[in-house]
Amino acid sequence: MSDLVAGRHEPTQGGVFPQRAIDWARRNLFSSVFNSLLTITVLVLAGLILPPLFRWAVSHATISGTSRAACTGDGACWTFIRVRLPLFFYGNYPSDQHWRIDLAFALLVAFCIPVLRDGVRHRWLWVLLLLVVFPVLAAGLLWGGVFGLTYVDTSLWGGLMLDVIASFITVAGSLPLGILLAFGRRSQLPVVRSLSIGYIELWRGVPLLTVLFMSAVVVPLFLPNGVTIDRLLRALAALVLFNAAYMAEVVRGGLQGVQPGQEEAAHSLGLRWWQVQAFIVLPQALRIIVPGIINTVVDLFKDTTLLTIIGLFDLLGMVEQALKDPAWLGFATEGYVFSAMVFFVCCYAMSAYGRNMERRLAKGQ
Amino acid sequence: MVRRPSPRARAAQWVLLAGVVAVAWFLGSIAATNSVRRHGSFGFDFLADPTNFEIPFRLIPWAVGDTYARALLVCVLNTLLASAISIVAATLLGLLVGIMRLSTNWLVRNIALAFIELVRNTPQLVQIIFWYIAVLQTLPGPRQSITLPAGVLLNIRGLYLPSFVANDFGALLWPLALVLVLAIPFMWRVPWRGFPLGVKSLLLLPLAILLFVAGINHTELPALHGFNITGGVQVVPELVALCLGLSIYGAAFIAEIVRAAILSVHKGQREAALSLGLRPLQVLSKITLPQALRVMVPPITSQYLNIIKSSSLGAAVAYPELYEIFAGTAMMQSNREIESIVLLMGVFLSISLIVSAFMNWYNRRVALVGR
Repeated sequence: MSDLVAGRHEPTQGGVFPQRAIDWARRNLFSSVFNSLLTITVLVLAGLILPPLFRWAVSHATISGTSRAACTGDGACWTFIRVRLPLFFYGNYPSDQHWRIDLAFALLVAFCIPVLRDGVRHRWLWVLLLLVVFPVLAAGLLWGGVFGLTYVDTSLWGGLMLDVIASFITVAGSLPLGILLAFGRRSQLPVVRSLSIGYIELWRGVPLLTVLFMSAVVVPLFLPNGVTIDRLLRALAALVLFNAAYMAEVVRGGLQGVQPGQEEAAHSLGLRWWQVQAFIVLPQALRIIVPGIINTVVDLFKDTTLLTIIGLFDLLGMVEQALKDPAWLGFATEGYVFSAMVFFVCCYAMSAYGRNMERRLAKGQ
Repeated sequence: MVRRPSPRARAAQWVLLAGVVAVAWFLGSIAATNSVRRHGSFGFDFLADPTNFEIPFRLIPWAVGDTYARALLVCVLNTLLASAISIVAATLLGLLVGIMRLSTNWLVRNIALAFIELVRNTPQLVQIIFWYIAVLQTLPGPRQSITLPAGVLLNIRGLYLPSFVANDFGALLWPLALVLVLAIPFMWRVPWRGFPLGVKSLLLLPLAILLFVAGINHTELPALHGFNITGGVQVVPELVALCLGLSIYGAAFIAEIVRAAILSVHKGQREAALSLGLRPLQVLSKITLPQALRVMVPPITSQYLNIIKSSSLGAAVAYPELYEIFAGTAMMQSNREIESIVLLMGVFLSISLIVSAFMNWYNRRVALVGR
């Protein structure tokens, strides 16, 4: 069966192990003189690069011990990472309160499962719970000051937890705003359309860094005397406003993908404009754009590292702070490789899910 | 689309506009009072004031005490330089990786895939800082410089390239050579004996190289003199790190665009061309690539725009580009936060609009070829 689908593979004649492996290599590695040369070059390069890399990262590396003195070999010093792991994940959040972050994260996973699983009834209800109820719960849990939880200032929030929070808030805020903007851009009302286009193109034309800079330095100047807004909240608002423009374009793509006949049929049944959009067009559009939304989420999750530049301590910021610790100088490579790997694992998982979704959607049509 | 908006909706949009204007006016008036309280005025007259800071890397002469306007020009040029290098490098690398992705060689195909996945799923900022701190800052000093081919030296102070010194005619011949290179895309479609010039316009390239070589008096190789390298052109490590980060990240996205574009050309097109007796190279250059290009141009445009916007990440490695200077030193010294952010956003917005206008124009030209 699989041979029929993958047409370019010649059917393998049963065969025992070595013969099959040789056949495979002949087809995939040595099919022509050029390909054979390529294969040999790649193998030689890999032989030069991979063993030293393995020696550095694994066989000569140190992970035990509690201080710099443990790292005596010429390999990587993962001890540095291990000792500081709680700081990288939880930031400067009080260590006896870490369970609150764990609980919030467990809640996030619990709320996400019904949203992402197949064949869930009332998925919209779960999405609504995730986007409205969960943030309220999580805010109470992390901020404290209610239910007898001690208050934890946002200046103590940091590490990977901050990246996750920032990404979640940004998605939850920018998706509804993006939907409104996408409708605005397609609107027949000239004022609404121009305002939406102006908004979208303005944000998409400037770097995120300038927007974050605006939130950190310029926004306070626009506030009436005596009014202050938390630094983190300002940055989150900037992220939401910025990403709404990108979400709007993703949603617009989805709206254009819905066949016009659907809308016409709904109108002819006597539904009002907002009923048509909310019950006919939007549900179909959102189904198409789930992979696009996931791509945007991956991008903005990576972009939360920019919070470091405006002085908030996300994972990268915590790593940079740790690198300045006089007791642990000289482990920059380990620090950056670690943060890159953490982001890689999260983003790869998300994009793999998105691709999987895309394939299933394509099959369904 | 189907029904015209009701009169009520038409009226409501003006209310919306009034609301937006009112909010903007409210915020603006607060900012104006705050600004006036701090400086006595709001405006861009500070651009004529003398500065008091150094810009460590620049393309045009700069001295402490020059005006803010000149600092802006220096920074715009630095931003454009990093963007231009990265765009060219990202396109070439992306094309290579994209084609590798379609290789019949399993090893090559999967190395390209691993590269793309690794680069696309790690933050660009981490990559730029990694190149700067973990790679370039751990290079040996000038005395133990790493020698690369063609007389290029690499050490902790940056990349040293050989430079060409012009002879008496260089001032005339070099710009002429540049004009010839820039003319190639325009000559491509000039009709000649009933056909567009096409590949023949590439003949301008050797001519341009000839003119360039004729203008050279001698080449200057970087070499160790005492404790430092003299001669040649020094590329500061900040620029190298920024360009590495921008171009590798951009290349991973461009590679996927290239791959998707080539795959999007229908198999029948190739087969039909082959059956008409075209040779494989002709099929690639006349059938596959022009059609793939049409699909490629819009997404690649947005990648170019991303590279330009991301060049502001140079601030993380202290490369003196627009953000680094105008959201940093220049703003601190002039105390003009609002004016600085307006300038920053204005410049980036203008660059973005100019590039997308150019790419749209190019897209329309390419799109016509296929019809």
